[in-house]
Amino acid sequence: MATKPIKVTLNGTEHSLEVEPRLLLVHLIRENLSMTGTHIGCDTSNCGACTILLNGKSVKSCTVLAVQANGKEVTTIEGMATAEGLHPLQEGFREMHGLQCGFCTPGMIMRATELLKQNTNPTEDEIRWGISGNLCRCTGYNNIVKAIQYAASKLNGTEMPAELKEEVSAEE
Amino acid sequence: MIPETFEYDSPSTLEEAIQLLQKHGDEAKILSGGHSLIPMMKLRLATPERLIDINGIPNLNYIKEEKDFLKIGALTREADIEHSDLLKKKYPIFSDVTKLIADPQVRNLSTIGGNLAHGDAANDHPAVMLALNASIIAHGPEGTRTIAIDDFFHGFYMTALNHAEILTEIRIPIPGKGTGGAYHKLERKVGDYATAGVAVQMTLDGKGVCRYIGIGLTNVNMTPLRASRSEKALLGEKVTPGLIQEAALYASEDCNPSEDLRGSEEYKRHIVKVLTNRMLHKAAERAMNGGA
Repeated sequence: MATKPIKVTLNGTEHSLEVEPRLLLVHLIRENLSMTGTHIGCDTSNCGACTILLNGKSVKSCTVLAVQANGKEVTTIEGMATAEGLHPLQEGFREMHGLQCGFCTPGMIMRATELLKQNTNPTEDEIRWGISGNLCRCTGYNNIVKAIQYAASKLNGTEMPAELKEEVSAEE
Repeated sequence: MIPETFEYDSPSTLEEAIQLLQKHGDEAKILSGGHSLIPMMKLRLATPERLIDINGIPNLNYIKEEKDFLKIGALTREADIEHSDLLKKKYPIFSDVTKLIADPQVRNLSTIGGNLAHGDAANDHPAVMLALNASIIAHGPEGTRTIAIDDFFHGFYMTALNHAEILTEIRIPIPGKGTGGAYHKLERKVGDYATAGVAVQMTLDGKGVCRYIGIGLTNVNMTPLRASRSEKALLGEKVTPGLIQEAALYASEDCNPSEDLRGSEEYKRHIVKVLTNRMLHKAAERAMNGGA
């Protein structure tokens, strides 16, 4: 079976590879390029654990072929933190207890990244609709919503909702 | 889950794609958004020997009004439809439907052309297109042809498209003043196929008389279904709650739902009745408020 040459930029680094057309993007990321932060959950485009950014758009990498990413930029959870520290979304998930087992977290954060780019100050309802393609079986979502609210406030420079501030100060 | 092996082409023009489809015949499938095809390939329900990826073909992603038609390019993503200012303002039925299609990530890739060309009565756009009286534009080896939406759906996963034809555009007549549209489906959870869904487009004159009516039903028949008897009951008549109730009853009687995990046949007929009633009211309300 013929392989195809592809060029993919993963978290800022360009890679040239020969891949089988049937290779899924999530397997390219995890196995060929050894970045295992992106998880495989349901493998049927329901759960959102494998969500990554493809040219800035959140997609489910279990349902995209690696050849479809040819010439494109892929961002995964490993691409979020910088030398200065965690991304505000990562910080929000830590501060607001937005994770328990953590399996859904990378997908949640990648999805929320695009959500906050499109809507810098989302309502709770908009956040819940925004993450409707991501399943979490631990938290009951409330703390995930708070984590995204935390990041939104930090990114857009607005006052954090009082409820969130209380929670942060109670920790300290 | 990994698909069976296949060959992959990514043509950069429509002509090249059509040539490839002609050359490889039934072995080849078109890859658009891929969110129906790739899951089927992973489950080995579909095992095409070759994929023709049309995503590299330019100028197939647009939403525009031109002369008497709203034109939507086949590669327009559901997310683009969801966020289009033109559609939000003038065609709220598209906001109704897109936010109920799968989830945000899927909508970033899935296309309206693929949703229709897949020929699945459980998809949501087919019923909307029946209500809007759309036409399908297809490019093939013999050139371009226009297919009326009522002639498009032939059976389970079967459409009027010939093998080497590619759906390139959806064309919707720009409605007159006093038109309103609405869509809703009952789903068990986000991303589910419809238990049942109903699309309505209605034009009312100044006296509240119905001058155009289109009603399409999702997932209650082998093919997307037009509620013809309901339409006949409304057309040319003054729209009243009583008449809407009658039309909703006809839709529930004329559809052909089958029992599955989403409910019994009786339950689904009931849902069709309730949703038809609600969508007729909502469309009439939008029509009277001057929306499209």
